[in-house]
Amino acid sequence: MASNGKSSERQKIAQQRLRIIAGHLRKQEELDHTDIAAQECKAESNSNAATPNSMPRKRQEIMKWNGWGYSDSRFLFNKKGQAEFTGKRYRLSGLILPSLKDWFEGTFGANLQHKSPATPAINASAVHPPNLSESFVEELKATGIPFSHDTEDRVFRAHGHCLHEIFALREGRFGRCPDMVVWPNCHNDVVKIVELACKHNVCLMPYGGGTSVSSALECPPEEKRSIVSLDTSQMNRILWIDEKNLTAHVEAGIIGQDLERLLNESGYCTGHEPDSMEFSSLGGWVATRASGMKKNIYGNIEDLVVHIKMVTPRGVIEKSCQGPRVSTGPDVHHFILGSEGTLGVVTEVTMKIRPVPEYQKYGSVVFPNFQAGVACLREVAKQRCAPASIRLMDNEQFQFGHALKPQESSIFTSFVEGLKKFYITKFKGFDPHQLCVATLLFEGDREKVLQHEKQVYDIAAKFGGLAAGEDNGQRGYMLTFVIAYLRDLGMEYYVIGESFETSVPWDRVLDLCRNVKERIIRECKDKGVQFAPLSTCRVTQTYDAGACVYFYFAFNYRGLSDPLSVYLQVEHAAREEILANGGSLSHHHGVGKLRKEWMRETISDVGVGMLKSVKEYVDPDNIFGNRNLL
Amino acid sequence: METLCTEKTPEPGEFTDILEERRRNSDLSYALRTFSPQPYKGHPPTSASALHQAVLDSHYLRYVTQEVATESGEPVDVIREEAAGILEEMSHNLQLSFIRLLGYTLSKVFKRVFRRILVNEEGLNKLQQAIQEYPVILMPNHRSYVDFLVLSYVLFTYDLSIPVIAAGIPLMGMKLIGEILRRSGAFFIRRAIGSDKLYWAVLSEYVKTIVRTGSAPLEFYVEGLRSRTLKSLNPKLGMMHMVLEPFFKGEVYDICLVPISISYDRVLEESLLAHELLGVPKPKESTTGLLKARKVLEDDYGSMHLCFGQPLSVRELSKGRISRSQYNLVPRDLPQKPSEETQAFVSMVAHGVVRLQERGVVLSPWSLMALVLLQNYGGLALDSLAQRTAWLRGLALKFGALLDWPAQVPDEEVMLSSVSLHGSLVCCEEGRVFLLDEQGSSAAVSSVSPEEAVLKRAAVVLMCASYRNQALHVFVRPALVAVAMPTAPSSRKEDVFTQFKFLQELFSNEFVFVPGMAIQDFEEGCSLLLRCGALQISGQELTVTEDEQEIASFLRAILQPFIQTYQVVFQHLTVDGSQVFTERQYIPVLRSYVLKLILAGELHTYEALSSDTQKNVLHTLLRMEAVTKMKTGDQSKFIVNKADIQRIGDILAGRRPAQSAAFSRLNQGHARRSVRGGSTSERESRGTGELRKESGKCQLLFATCSLHVVERCWRLGTLPGDTYNKA
Repeated sequence: MASNGKSSERQKIAQQRLRIIAGHLRKQEELDHTDIAAQECKAESNSNAATPNSMPRKRQEIMKWNGWGYSDSRFLFNKKGQAEFTGKRYRLSGLILPSLKDWFEGTFGANLQHKSPATPAINASAVHPPNLSESFVEELKATGIPFSHDTEDRVFRAHGHCLHEIFALREGRFGRCPDMVVWPNCHNDVVKIVELACKHNVCLMPYGGGTSVSSALECPPEEKRSIVSLDTSQMNRILWIDEKNLTAHVEAGIIGQDLERLLNESGYCTGHEPDSMEFSSLGGWVATRASGMKKNIYGNIEDLVVHIKMVTPRGVIEKSCQGPRVSTGPDVHHFILGSEGTLGVVTEVTMKIRPVPEYQKYGSVVFPNFQAGVACLREVAKQRCAPASIRLMDNEQFQFGHALKPQESSIFTSFVEGLKKFYITKFKGFDPHQLCVATLLFEGDREKVLQHEKQVYDIAAKFGGLAAGEDNGQRGYMLTFVIAYLRDLGMEYYVIGESFETSVPWDRVLDLCRNVKERIIRECKDKGVQFAPLSTCRVTQTYDAGACVYFYFAFNYRGLSDPLSVYLQVEHAAREEILANGGSLSHHHGVGKLRKEWMRETISDVGVGMLKSVKEYVDPDNIFGNRNLL
Repeated sequence: METLCTEKTPEPGEFTDILEERRRNSDLSYALRTFSPQPYKGHPPTSASALHQAVLDSHYLRYVTQEVATESGEPVDVIREEAAGILEEMSHNLQLSFIRLLGYTLSKVFKRVFRRILVNEEGLNKLQQAIQEYPVILMPNHRSYVDFLVLSYVLFTYDLSIPVIAAGIPLMGMKLIGEILRRSGAFFIRRAIGSDKLYWAVLSEYVKTIVRTGSAPLEFYVEGLRSRTLKSLNPKLGMMHMVLEPFFKGEVYDICLVPISISYDRVLEESLLAHELLGVPKPKESTTGLLKARKVLEDDYGSMHLCFGQPLSVRELSKGRISRSQYNLVPRDLPQKPSEETQAFVSMVAHGVVRLQERGVVLSPWSLMALVLLQNYGGLALDSLAQRTAWLRGLALKFGALLDWPAQVPDEEVMLSSVSLHGSLVCCEEGRVFLLDEQGSSAAVSSVSPEEAVLKRAAVVLMCASYRNQALHVFVRPALVAVAMPTAPSSRKEDVFTQFKFLQELFSNEFVFVPGMAIQDFEEGCSLLLRCGALQISGQELTVTEDEQEIASFLRAILQPFIQTYQVVFQHLTVDGSQVFTERQYIPVLRSYVLKLILAGELHTYEALSSDTQKNVLHTLLRMEAVTKMKTGDQSKFIVNKADIQRIGDILAGRRPAQSAAFSRLNQGHARRSVRGGSTSERESRGTGELRKESGKCQLLFATCSLHVVERCWRLGTLPGDTYNKA
């Protein structure tokens, strides 16, 4: 009987799978066959017609080559001196932000008259000509896998989004660039590329979304071999969805927004939403141990993956089953998670999926001060009732968020806002220069969300928190998506900045936040920065035993002869301060090359030795030679 | 920038007399004026009761309470009660109204007692800035009971936050006064805490909470107690540890230490001090005793100086010395023994602060006169006193001393005015200045026994010596070099250094040296001698120049009383004393021995009667393991190793080179590790061999400004300028 039941189940799955495949095939027929490589792939489908690939091979066609995000979306100060956000992609797009100018000038001592424009285009002669391995190129051609050594393609993949990387681009300075870019279309393509690279001793650097903020994508200047950037963006298909086990098998080059959109079409989601999800890729998440905003419900990437396939110089590594938990020695997935492209290329991942939640609700709470806010978050974590997301912004960041308020649509709303402000500051006696805001996001079925919401607001009330509406909450989350665009605006006016993160035990959160912010301010002063910097933080994740803290810092560099070096020194000092205060080297950005120097003290000599010996075995010739981590 | 190699006296304008304004305007309106100090980080100060609660609620105290309960078997509630009781006894209850009352009363008193109270406003300005940015620790030296009253008075006058002050519990015992002090910000610490775990826990949590919240500047005496000799004392480290811990643990961004140097032309309790040193016990602090002491208030005590030093950033000081991440793996609330690096750092900071206090001391002409007079017990002619003192003044200035020397007054008049201020110690008759016997006449009354006469003379000598002591820090390093040169086996720099290091080790209870800085101290001593032309260095040879023999011998003479006292005690212990003695026997037996020698005319150093120096010798011998302490029951016994003491005495006298002695075995390097285990010299572990290596490294440092290596790295980057005005 039992076996009968099983087999009928199996049949059902098989039928369903056939249906899906048939669906894919039908769509495929309508497609124009542009991609030669696709024929060679066993993958069931090519790019999905209903969801056109949002990441073309020539990324520079839709994205900025020297800044963040889409070319059509940027902040600017219009002729009236008002800030606006261009394009049509975002909620803020096309809107005027009346208070941004005052905030910007007031916070940084910047002046709209003082501009520091970027070099308009890539000067190809400033880029070193490619150092190609002829034999490698010959054999690669034979496989039919597309590649390019076009200057723009190479420059685009020579950097991540650290401040110093973007700053150099804006100044038209280019360091060592990859010598060519190759676009595998599927797992087998990657296998071929890695084989050829080993054969011809070529250096491979996997490239996913390009959103690294750890100098992970910087080509080591000492690398003498030809460097090949392996762009995974064309490996972007969902290969199957298993509705019984709620998993999906996905090619690792898919970017976050595509993955979510495609799954949504089937009524599912991963719930993994890192701030960079518009551009960052699944493989990148795995390689850096990424964390998503809604990890409280869905978990971080290490909780989400069920199975990983990675191509290494030694061959392909993967597990033999999809058991939800196994006791088979140290988990080999953990050699892959966080390997930062030093061991191989993640090609396919099976990850958990969830039905799209029925109901979503934003919220916010105002606290009289940061201490009260942290105490509240700690209590929420203690009671294990954190909403999908809960974040606590400090006062500076709260004001920053306010500066991004679009023009009020009516006098009435601004009147209501005024009333609210009056109630909080005058009636409740909150000091506008002390108060801070927690933003909340609840998800689930409607009834439970409302219940959950009440629970959290009740806890907040115990710490003097006042509910401050959905609008404040939503704007808080928007800030994280547009912050990188804002940095580009700042750079037009002598303002440079960066964000960085850490994780820290609960009892040290306040001390760490205070000391790091203070350190930044003092270091800037010592280094001759004329105007006090923006130095702000938020607690972005809660855990049982601690929290993740995110810092922004930015300053006006007018009058400094070497702003970049000042910036780097301050960032370095801030990281030292974090470590001295019991914070971790990184919660989710990774180590890359930017934070390498602290690895030994972070994981001990033996720890470094362990990682080295794995590298030694997996990649003895250092084919994956980006030199991250160790 | 601060070079500290000073040729100039600070301009008199730099110190401001705060009494001048008080003499002109109403004290009442002064006491009742609007008082609005700028608080730390703009936060209003925490109330005494909130502080109380925070301490009781702390995890640390809860943890210790639990631990004590387990150990003692008593219920936790009882222990908690006990902790609350300790806190009750301890805590301050700072109230502005009492500060006002005190402001009013003290105005009256100070105007009567002091001619001037001088403060450096530049230092106060820096303090004001520091108070707003950091938790501030005020670290004055301690020379008189009125120290902290004056300090709070000055802060009140300048609209600065009133500090909370760590005071000894005997003060609390005084009815009314105790309560007034409590309400003026004093909190009280028991004298002998010993191993009372709960008491330590309450105290340290109390202190740490004050620092963490920055609720008020915290004031404490790093010397631990009032110096009976007016010489700086080696710091006590317990409180220093508590104060610095919040920084080590990252609970505050930084802590600011402000050394404050208080100096008096004449100390209110001068005769009390001398008698204590001679074995007359100190009267218990009591309110009636205080009232009786009213008489004291009818006298003239000249001027006093408060020099507010450059604020020191603990963060800057700890760079490269302290790893704050050492606390990463253990909850910070748990009691933890400080690591070795932490202990070394705390000790360095505490000693360094005492050094800075010394450097800020403003000397009166009388201090220099005392130096001269003590080298001429029989007195000397006024004009030659004036001449000698003027010469000494030049030397002191070259050595970087701060002097309060009246401008445009003939030297002899300066002498005379000092003599009249110190009429209880000296007089000037027929053009000769000499020390008085205590009763006021040199012709002793017949009824006084010879012993009493000696003691009376000794009292005057010790009082006079205490004023000399105020100036000792200026001369001690070059003086030690001057003493080391003739007693070292050769004039080679290395040999002189070895001898110097031995002397420093020997006298480290007598004078304050920052641990681990012997080389710098030596170089400083040499460079000062070079500067005044008393030393010449040719190759590796150090020689005293012909022309300036006088300086060298004068400097040697400064240290003679100490050297002689030490030798006398050595002699007593090796020749006459018994092999074993108890703590209680030591001083009386030694005193009568010294008395006998003086009466017999074999010893002329009255200072040998000072119980302070006598105790120091014992501590030194213990430290050098020439005497060992044995606890038997509740009595401790001392066992004398005569051969070791003999050897120390020989080296001191130059009869034996320091190398062969026990303490210099560190100098032999690893090759000849000593037979005896343990270490004699914790303070300084560098040998001569290393000197050669080190001197290369340090050359630049010494060449430019050998003097104040410590201070140079101790400047707070954010506060530009120079408190010492010695540039």
